Amino acid sequence: MATDLNLQVEGIKDEYKYGFRDSETNYSFKSGKGLNREIVEQISEMKNEPNWMRELRLKALEVFWQKPLPQWGGELNELNFNDIHYYMKAADRQGKTWDDVPTEIKNTFDKLGIPEAERKFLAGVGAQYESEVVYHSLREDLQKKGVIFTDTDTALREHSDLLREYFAKVIPIHDNKFAALNSAVWSGGSFVYIPAGVKIDIPLQAYFRINAENMGQFERTLIIVEEGAQVHYVEGCTAPMYSTESLHSAVVEIVVKKGGRCRYTTIQNWANNIYNLVTKRAVAYEDALMEWVDGNLGSRLTMKYPAVYLMGEGARGEVLSIAFAGKGQHQDAGAKIVHGAPHTSSRVISKSISKNGGRASYRGLLKVAAGAHGSKSSVVCDALILDDKSRSDTYPYIEIDEDDVKIGHEASVSKIGEEQLFYLMSRGLSDAEASTLIVSGFIEPLVKELPMEYAVEMNKLIQLQMEGSVG
Amino acid sequence: MTKLLEIKDLHVAIDGKEILKGVNLTMRSGEVHALMGPNGSGKSTLSYAIAGHPNYEVTSGEVLLDGQDILELEADERAKAGLFLAFQYPTSIPGVTVANFLRHAVTNVRNPGRKEGEDLVPMRDFRKELRAEMDELGMDPDFARRYLNEGFSGGEKKRAEVLQLAMLRPAFAILDETDSGLDIDAVRVVSEGVNKVAAKVGTGVLVITHYQRILTYIKPQFVHILYGGKIVEDGGPELVDTLEREGYDWVRAKYPNDAKAEDALSV
Repeated sequence: MATDLNLQVEGIKDEYKYGFRDSETNYSFKSGKGLNREIVEQISEMKNEPNWMRELRLKALEVFWQKPLPQWGGELNELNFNDIHYYMKAADRQGKTWDDVPTEIKNTFDKLGIPEAERKFLAGVGAQYESEVVYHSLREDLQKKGVIFTDTDTALREHSDLLREYFAKVIPIHDNKFAALNSAVWSGGSFVYIPAGVKIDIPLQAYFRINAENMGQFERTLIIVEEGAQVHYVEGCTAPMYSTESLHSAVVEIVVKKGGRCRYTTIQNWANNIYNLVTKRAVAYEDALMEWVDGNLGSRLTMKYPAVYLMGEGARGEVLSIAFAGKGQHQDAGAKIVHGAPHTSSRVISKSISKNGGRASYRGLLKVAAGAHGSKSSVVCDALILDDKSRSDTYPYIEIDEDDVKIGHEASVSKIGEEQLFYLMSRGLSDAEASTLIVSGFIEPLVKELPMEYAVEMNKLIQLQMEGSVG
Repeated sequence: MTKLLEIKDLHVAIDGKEILKGVNLTMRSGEVHALMGPNGSGKSTLSYAIAGHPNYEVTSGEVLLDGQDILELEADERAKAGLFLAFQYPTSIPGVTVANFLRHAVTNVRNPGRKEGEDLVPMRDFRKELRAEMDELGMDPDFARRYLNEGFSGGEKKRAEVLQLAMLRPAFAILDETDSGLDIDAVRVVSEGVNKVAAKVGTGVLVITHYQRILTYIKPQFVHILYGGKIVEDGGPELVDTLEREGYDWVRAKYPNDAKAEDALSV
């Protein structure tokens, strides 16, 4: 171990000479397994970071070590933090065009349809492979308006004042164990800055790809929407199937200022050996609107509760989420809404599907602080269970410290009805096709909130899940 | 080409209780048959058993479509073989539009060899055809975008069933109490729809009802009375008039053994 570490430290000075490129994958850098101060310092050094970031990382590492593993949500005790590579760099530099991206990686993103989507309907694209962003682009007219869409590492170099002001402010390093871990070893992710009054009508997209076995991906995303500005950011994730676990632990922080709007759409489709432990939180100020649209497919365990803190009068927050738990999967997903100002409103719609022994849980917190009078909230969670082996649970936590509020909470659990299946089969649909159609109908109210291209993708993913052939 | 549907000595049980006790019925393409009988005589059981509902256990007998025994087939395979059941109480499928559902159904029924995941019928052709059929049935084009049977009125549900019939063009269609819960105008509209399809496609139609009023629009050549789990009388349209005039009392008197069975079924 000690020797390994020495080699690694040596490797920083001359990464090629010491053969740290994986002979199969031509990676330019791959940290050893496990986590210690040296690795954190190494990451910071490789990235040429300012001191404050290096200090923040090291402090976060201490917090990570101090905090116990959560014993709620999903089963985390089998997650071996010593068996993970915390940093991997597959390409030497970032591409401005897809031709700059190493062929093998470009092929991967081609297969995922990213360059094509970019040509057709995106205002900007970021693509992250393992720890580093390998490609970034933003439409020129948006650049001219002062929009910033880049990877967070570049942002730290080029917009350090903004980073210093906002980084780890919405989600402090001591927020939870995994936010601390991310803060210690973060790499990549998107930085989005929309200047006051600028409205972007088509989405910006980031795509995160884990490729290697035992990889930890810790992207860090920060989105700042200035007054009256508007953005739709879309994130997609995939990873291939390996026999051992990988860890994806992102942190996403969003600030939406007065009258601004932000929609963050995620479709995560992980292989079912990924631990997906993500902290996502937004703060919405006066009359701002924050919407999370969250699709969770795959992974061994997902724990993710997108949050909106409504901190200005008239702010609105929405969380729309779909979770699909198949064999050996546990989706512990939900939402967290905090009403911290008067006349704020929130809406949570959660749909979960469990199949083939999968387990889907809705876990939600709704908090209304004293003084947030005239606030409204509605929470609806529906679960669909496809067979007797599968499971669904609902854990709603509600804390109301204000009398003048309107709160609605509905939950339903249903099984695919025999009569529905028979009806569709009597029209020539096979058992499987009928189930798929019933499931796609179940999530339709959410899918229709997605832009068309993503709605199509979502439906395709659901079909694949129903066939059980994702991997 | 004339097709043949033969039901031979069919016995069907639900939860171990025998409901049908040896039903015999033969139909050819283009023919209209009416199956009448009091509530609880087993009419719906017959339709579900033919369509292949898993809860209806066929204990003996055969159902042959052009000589092929369909009882071993799953419900979807029976649909592909050319059978159609218009449900008395069609279930709703939230979130699935009439058009999307029908596109899946049409694709499967018209390409019985299709493997799952293969392409659906082309959208453009399908839409055109659906639009034309809806026009013929006097349906608002918006109807195709509504979720299947979700919040439909009784009349809309039945009309949706007939629309499916028109799109799927089956060799044989069973209409299970398609007239129930409809006012007289709705019965007329739905019946006209069935007649158009039957005339165009040559579908053999089995109308299950216990009122004669639908039969003034869909005119049967053959009428059967199901009583106590058996067909006790076969005849022509005149049977309908007899039932209308005299009710089932004469049937009861004529078939005292089946009357006992009928009483047992209605408990």
